[in-house]
Amino acid sequence: MKTVLEVRNLTKYFNGFKAVDTISFDMYSGEILGLLGPNGAGKTTTLQMLLGLTTPSGGEIRIFGLPFEGHREEILHRVNFSSSYVALPYSLTVRENLMVFCRLYGVEKPERKIDELLDIFEIRNIKHIPARRLSSGQLTRLCLAKALLNDPDILFLDEPTASLDPDIADKTRGLLRRIREERGLSILYTSHNMKEMEEMSDRVIFMDRGRIIAMDKPEGILRRYSGRSLEEVFLKIARG
Amino acid sequence: MNISRILAYTTRHLYLYRRSLPRLMEIFYWPVLDLVVWGFISVYLSEYRGGLPAFVSFFLGALILWDVLFRSQQGISVSFLEDMWSRNLLNIFVSPITPSEYIASLLVISFIKLLFASTVMVFLAWLLYSFNILTFGFHLIPLVANLIVMGWSVGIVTTALILRFGQEAEVLAWGIAFLFQPVSAVFYPVEVLPPFLQGIAMFIPSSHVFEGMRAVISGGDLPVEKMVWAFGLNCMYIFISVVFFFWIFRRVKEKGLLTKIGE
Repeated sequence: MKTVLEVRNLTKYFNGFKAVDTISFDMYSGEILGLLGPNGAGKTTTLQMLLGLTTPSGGEIRIFGLPFEGHREEILHRVNFSSSYVALPYSLTVRENLMVFCRLYGVEKPERKIDELLDIFEIRNIKHIPARRLSSGQLTRLCLAKALLNDPDILFLDEPTASLDPDIADKTRGLLRRIREERGLSILYTSHNMKEMEEMSDRVIFMDRGRIIAMDKPEGILRRYSGRSLEEVFLKIARG
Repeated sequence: MNISRILAYTTRHLYLYRRSLPRLMEIFYWPVLDLVVWGFISVYLSEYRGGLPAFVSFFLGALILWDVLFRSQQGISVSFLEDMWSRNLLNIFVSPITPSEYIASLLVISFIKLLFASTVMVFLAWLLYSFNILTFGFHLIPLVANLIVMGWSVGIVTTALILRFGQEAEVLAWGIAFLFQPVSAVFYPVEVLPPFLQGIAMFIPSSHVFEGMRAVISGGDLPVEKMVWAFGLNCMYIFISVVFFFWIFRRVKEKGLLTKIGE
């Protein structure tokens, strides 16, 4: 399998506090990699460094074989991001929001791309509705549509289903799996929903206090910690 | 610099003003209110002062030109705040747009907003007070250009400070331009300032612009040396402000603050 993301000895200090402690891992083409850990484990900081939002204190990030530093634009053209904690301008319609990002990513035939994604996420009926009038489920799907506009090779998702009801969350997971299969998309995924992690991830990285304490397939993690579910393992780790 | 990305981000703000009546009102509301209130006060006072010729023109010219500086600063800082308020900053900064393109785009947005607001002000000043600033002719170009560039410098520094200190620094977007008003000699000549403030005014580009404006209204020529001095200062300040923005942007990324803006 082709490696799309290589992380080597990645470290981040905040005022002397080691938030991420020399972690190393790879992500492969078409893989869904879950990033798991209690609050303060360093997941978000890791994600931020992978997206170039936070500068690492040490270590190396290579995406598509290129060092992030010095190839930012080239790399960001081929990746995208969605988070339940990030929104889109409320006054703009669904179409306008997506059009802005189509132009930022240099998407060819943007109208066709927008329609295609709105159909995939079943929100074409709200194309001309301002984002402020959308339900949280519709808003999440809009953010996911935005994240797929540039046909990314890697998608970074930070708790993408956090604000969704079980039905919409299940549909969203199904969609993400389908898109992964159809396009060979690699997804780095953080979530506090252990069941979701177990269901979605090909491999899981468990982080605690800035370090990777386990990295394996979900069943491998369960075996190693003698747990029946990732939630049980999570609680064991979080409670020491 | 990628022009498409600059225009893409500009479009985001144009959509906003097309969609949002309150935002559209914000461009026109204060300039119009200022012009109406202060315009009539100056008309009223001019009847009593008698000794100062062209009092109304001084005042209206100053109001319109001050608004150029204020709007060009706000066009940058408030556009940045729009993305902070809508929690959209991370989407922008994980896209391929570079910080230079982002700044360039803010400048374009500021210029477009300024164009609309100034057109309304100039028209109203002519309609209500028969004051036509366009009679300044080509003199208007160096006056306005210097004020726009100074507004941009202040706007870029303000945006950098909001990036660094977050929502707490938001107030700067609304008030920082007024810090320069006393030493800009907007409504009075520099010579009425105490000597130490005159010294400071020397290094404020807008003070030379407003001196130039009064010279033109009084029927004299535009003082070229003042405009050149203001231009030189502006070149220096815009360079410093951009360097400051990039330095702060780097620090913010080192401290991991980019994701916390707006919290």
